[in-house]
Formats: sequence, structure tokens, C-alpha cells
Amino acid sequence: MANEIKDIDDHSGIETTGHSWDGIKELNNPLPRWWLYIWYGTIVWAVVYMVLMPAIPALPGMGTNTTGLRNHSDRDLVAVAVADLKEARVAQSETLLEASLEEIETDRGLQQFALAMGESLFGDNCATCHGAGGRGAAGYPILADDVWLWDGTLDGIEYTLRHGIRHDDDLDTRFSLMPSFGRDNLLSTDQIDDLTDYVLLVSGQEHDPVAAGRVAELYQQQCASCHAVDGTGDRNQGAPNLTDQEWLFGGSRDDIYNTIYNARNSHMPAWQDRLDDASIKALAVYVHTLGGGE
Amino acid sequence: MGQTTLNIHPGGGSGGPTPPSHQDLYAKREQIYPKLAHGKFRLVKWVVMAATLGVYYLLPWIRWERGEGIPDQAVLADFESEKFYFFFVEIWPQDIHFLAGLLILAALALFLVTSLLGRVWCGYTCPQTVWTDLYIWVERAFEGDRAARMRLDKGKWTFNKAWRKLGKHTVWLIIAFWTGGAFILYWHDAPTVARGWFTGEAPLSAYWFAGLLTLTTYFLAGWMREQVCTYMCPWPRIQAALTDEYALNVTYRYDRGEPRGPKRKSESWDERGDCIDCDQCVQVCPVGIDIRNGPQLECIHCALCIDACDQMMTKIGRPTGLIAYDTDVAVAARAAHQTPPKYRILRTRTVLYSVLIAAIGGLIIWGLATKATIEANVLKDRSPPFVQLSDGDIQNGYTLKLVNKLAEPRQMEISITGIEGLSFNVIGFEHEGSEPLIVPVEPYGVDRYRVLVSAPEGAPQRQITLSVRDTVSEETDTNRASFRGPNR
Repeated sequence: MANEIKDIDDHSGIETTGHSWDGIKELNNPLPRWWLYIWYGTIVWAVVYMVLMPAIPALPGMGTNTTGLRNHSDRDLVAVAVADLKEARVAQSETLLEASLEEIETDRGLQQFALAMGESLFGDNCATCHGAGGRGAAGYPILADDVWLWDGTLDGIEYTLRHGIRHDDDLDTRFSLMPSFGRDNLLSTDQIDDLTDYVLLVSGQEHDPVAAGRVAELYQQQCASCHAVDGTGDRNQGAPNLTDQEWLFGGSRDDIYNTIYNARNSHMPAWQDRLDDASIKALAVYVHTLGGGE
Repeated sequence: MGQTTLNIHPGGGSGGPTPPSHQDLYAKREQIYPKLAHGKFRLVKWVVMAATLGVYYLLPWIRWERGEGIPDQAVLADFESEKFYFFFVEIWPQDIHFLAGLLILAALALFLVTSLLGRVWCGYTCPQTVWTDLYIWVERAFEGDRAARMRLDKGKWTFNKAWRKLGKHTVWLIIAFWTGGAFILYWHDAPTVARGWFTGEAPLSAYWFAGLLTLTTYFLAGWMREQVCTYMCPWPRIQAALTDEYALNVTYRYDRGEPRGPKRKSESWDERGDCIDCDQCVQVCPVGIDIRNGPQLECIHCALCIDACDQMMTKIGRPTGLIAYDTDVAVAARAAHQTPPKYRILRTRTVLYSVLIAAIGGLIIWGLATKATIEANVLKDRSPPFVQLSDGDIQNGYTLKLVNKLAEPRQMEISITGIEGLSFNVIGFEHEGSEPLIVPVEPYGVDRYRVLVSAPEGAPQRQITLSVRDTVSEETDTNRASFRGPNR
């Protein structure tokens, strides 16, 4: 600074900053030394860090951020950690592969391992649709109850996991198709209205008996081949039981009408190409223990 | 100048020593060269140092047989298996309240000691004091006592100065290393981790903490010293609030010492105080204060000035105790020419602290003596809170954790009650209905079981009671958990 004249406070004898607010001046006290030294230390550390570690983001023409002398990459570290974990689990994964699903579920050690593995896999892959703990959502079945569309046995769950439901790229996928009775003009809207009353009747809800009676014949012709004569469904075709109180897409009059008119054929991906065999087995056991395994 | 007064004067007026000079807030630290004191308090401090350091370094090596597969280290904080061992006491995560009790007990013990003896913790047993004392001892061995050390530091760098400094810092670092090294012995099996440390097989944390504590010991005891007590430690402030005018503090009896001044043999003791201004109390002080300025924040009450003064008083033929452990009330009484009151151990606060210590200590002992060897914890599934089964029943899922604190496998009988018509099932077992089910629990560990409880829809009860019973010892534990359903 050009102006070197120091302004000394009369009372304390300390130099002031030279700033004055309504005649009040600020003393230019020194910073605490410990603070100053730590600050200098952090500056030195910052330089060292920038040399060693990734520090400067990708600028135009650079392609990538600086990697530093240590060539550090969090992404690589994660990959290594995942590989390490897989390797650490090889022994237990192999026992899972050798054991039958029933053995896994009844053997305490295998069960604990499979459940721990299954829980994390479920969280990563399944909970998006089926909810935490298999609580389900509209259109996505609850896995914690004993109502199963296709199969609730260990082997059945494993099959569903492997091949999915209505999964295009898997020839063995679980498949069935409910016709869109209304949209494809297979039935008139009046008929669908009456069929809705019929479904309300078999599920024990409030309905119009006259309307339901009108389509008793029609139900047997159009619906019974999948949903069974008495409406209890058919698991071989993934046809839901209409007589219980569990509804995948809602059990109100509007919901049922909608389902008959448009049909609902939801999908689940086949997981055998995405997960290894041990993972699928662990998941099968986990889902089986959620609350309604058969 | 920005100025402050850190000193409090007990007498608060005439007759007392002159008020201390103001301290500059931004003053550079002045190196303190404590002189070696001789006397009973110095002896006590040596003994306490030997005892505390001895306990610290040797405790992890003591073995204590507990049984097959259980660590045989007497004192061990085993984070890996989540257990804390202290001789016959075993703390599991489920017993963590004992640790809280221990901390409360430690705090109360400090309160009691402080209300009786002032900052005796600071002066004798605080690790900062003990290690600093040890470091000063090393310093003295290499560089000589106060005067020699001051000369050495002022002098030019010679071979003599260099090897003494080098020797001192080497020994300091060795002590620091053993301090950090001993610390990690408390967290792992001592012989294993000690061997592993040198062969590169110890866990990374062992190296990290050994290194960290080596550095902190070296810097705090070698370089920082009294600054730790004065600037970093909150305890002096807390203790100042816990002590009172009836507690014993290291005190200069200004009523007897003043007016002070140098004295020739020929002069009379009349019309003057006993303090001959020999400065010995200042020279031995490890925190560099003058005790004659009254109680001060920096003073750690190590009583070395008492030793120094007593020695001098004996030499000149005056009674000892010009500086002594005394209470503020006694000092005030003497200043007013009254008889000082007798020191009272039994006071409201000391009695209160003692009663609390006895009560909490008793509770802990009672708790340890009657500690259960089984424990059941029920965790209700949060998602889904409940499901309705195809037959209309409501089902809730639970995780049951069964703790077996014995080193033998046990059979435990699970029974669940509380809701009319309930039925339960444990995954991996064939079970239906509400009859008790016997499950195995592995030795010395925690077993998890998944339990599904179902009950008819509309049952009014909302809580289940789960009890486990050891089929042999009949020991039981009972736990409650909520049972959720629609519309409630």
C-alpha cells in the first residue's frame, strides 16, 4: 500500500485497520498463532493433495479430470471392493449352489447367510416394485402374504425369479394373456357392467343380483377357463382367485370394470441373465420366508 | 492493549498480596523450566505416577480364564465381537447401560473428590499431568535441572547441546510409542496384536491408533504441557464450578507471609511476614505461575510449591505450611484475624455425592450379580406392518433375537400369547397354533429367528407377549411387541 502511515489506537496502543464507522475503529489484532500455523498447514496440504489426488475437473479439451500421481479413482475402488466381496463369498455361494432350496431354508447357517444375502439383493433389485419387505403396491403383488398368482413354493418362486412373467426374451417365462374384453369389442359394455356385478358377487361384495344373474352363463363361457368355474382362479395360468379379498389392481366396482374392459397383463423381468444362480437361490429363500411361503 | 485478568483474589482487598500483573492475550508462550522439588508431595506424585503408568502399561497383559473360545484377557474392549471384558464382568451390547452407569459413577467420584480436595485429579492423576511429569523427568536426566536447562537453551548449538537434545527427544518418542502401543492392547488380544504389530499382521486401525497416540503423547507431554491444561482442557472450568470455599486447595497464606521481602539473618521477624521472596515456589511450578497471587485458573494444584516452600521454611527455621492445602473459608478467617474453622468432610454436597455414588454403585453391583444369561429381543417388521392372509387372518412378521451369554448351546422354548386365537410359526420349523416351540440357540452368541404371528381379523388385542425359557435352567425372559392390523 502506498499509504504507510499507521493509525495507532490511543487507548490500547494497537494498530487499527484504518476503517472508521461513526468514529469507531477496529483494532488490527494479530490472528492467533496456532490458527495461523494450521491455516498455513492446510495451504501446503492443499498443494500436496492437488498433486497426488484428482483435483481439477475436466476442462474443455482435457477429456477427463486430473487423476493425480496416485491415480486414485473411487469407481475403481468400488469395483475392487465388489470383486473382493464376491471372492470372500465364493465358499458360501458354492454351498448355496449345492444345497437344495429346502436345505437352505432349514439349515440354520445356510438360512442366515441366504437371508442376509437375499435381503440386500431384494432391496437392490426387487423393492422398487414390490416394496420393502415385499409389502407390494397396486399392480405389484404383495410377497409377504400367502396369496400367490403363480406359485408360492420355493421351487415355484425360484422359477418365477429365473424366467420372469410375460418376459419377451425368455421362452420359459410364465405366460398368460387376459383378453381386453371391452377394448377389443369382445363384449359389450353392458355385458362388462353385468360381469362386474358377477365378480362382486363371487368376491362377497355388494352387487346387483339381477345383473350378476344375467351373466352367469357368460362368465362360464368367457372367464371360467382361467378363473375357474367357482372363481377361485388357476395358478397354472396365473389367473387370480376372484373369491378372496386380495386385489392386485383394486377391488372396487370401477377397478373391476376397468380390468375386464382393458385387461391387465403385468410384467416381471427374468432375472437369470442378471443375477447369478446363488443370488437367485438366496432371493427365492428370502421371498419364501417373507410371510406366505408354501 | 487487549487485556484481561485471569486471577481471582480470595481476600479481595487490603492485607493481601499485590494484584497480579495483567496478561497479554496475544503473548507468546514462555518456556517453563520447572525445578525438581523434594518433599512429601513430590514423593506422592512419584508413587502415583508409578502406579498409574504401571496399571496402564501392564493391565492388558493380565489373563483371566473365561472358557473355551472366549478371550482370556482380563481387560479387553472387543469391538469385533461387540463385547467388553473387565475381569469377571462381561458387557454385551445389551448391557450397555452398565457402561453408562460406570460413566455416571466416574463423574460423581470426580465431583466428590473435587468438593473435598479441589483439583486433586489435575494435580496427581490426570494423564496429561502424569506424562508431562515423566517427560520432565527425562528432560532433567538429559539436560539437568532448571538452571542448567535454561543455560543450555540460551547457549549456542554445540555437540554437547545437540546430543542432549537428541537423546531427550529419542527417549520421549520411545515413551510416546509405548504409550500409543499400549493403548491398542486394550482393543485386541495383547500378545497377538503386539506380535502382529511388528510382523505387519495387525489390523490397520492398530497402526493408525498407535501412531496417533504416539504423536499426541509426544506433542502434548513434550511440547504443549501446561497449555493443554490452560487452553485446551474444559475440566479446569468445570472443576472451578464444583469446588467451593470448603474444599482444600493449594493456598499461600498471605496473612502469615506478608509483607514479604528478602531478609538478612541479623534482621528480626517482627513487623514482617514469613515469605522471604526466595522464588522457590515459582521455580518448581510446572505451569509457571506464582501461587502467592492467589487461586489461579492455570494452577493444577500439584502441591510441588508446598514442598519447595516447606523445605525453605525448615532451612530458615520458620514453621512449615506457609503454602499448604487450605480452604478459602480458613484463609478468609485468618485474614480477619479469627480462628480458621476446622476442615469439614461432612457437608451437604459431599454427603449427597457419597449417597449417590453408593446408590448407583449398589445398583450396578446388583445388576451385575443378577444379570440374565438369556435375553429375547423382538423387532417388528416395519414393512409391511401387516398382511391379510387368504383366510382373512392378519399376519405380522417379527425378527426374534435370542441372546445366549453362556459358552454352551441351549434349547429355548418360545411361547407367544396375548391375542385370542393367535398362531405362530418360526421360519425353518414346522409349527402351527400357539403351542410353545423349542429352538436351539448357539453358544455365546445371538441367534436370529424369523417369527410370523397370525391372528383372526378383528381380535381386539394389539400386543403380543413373547417369552423364552431355557428348557434346562428354567431361566426366562419376556418381551412385548405390538401387533398391527387394518384400521388400528
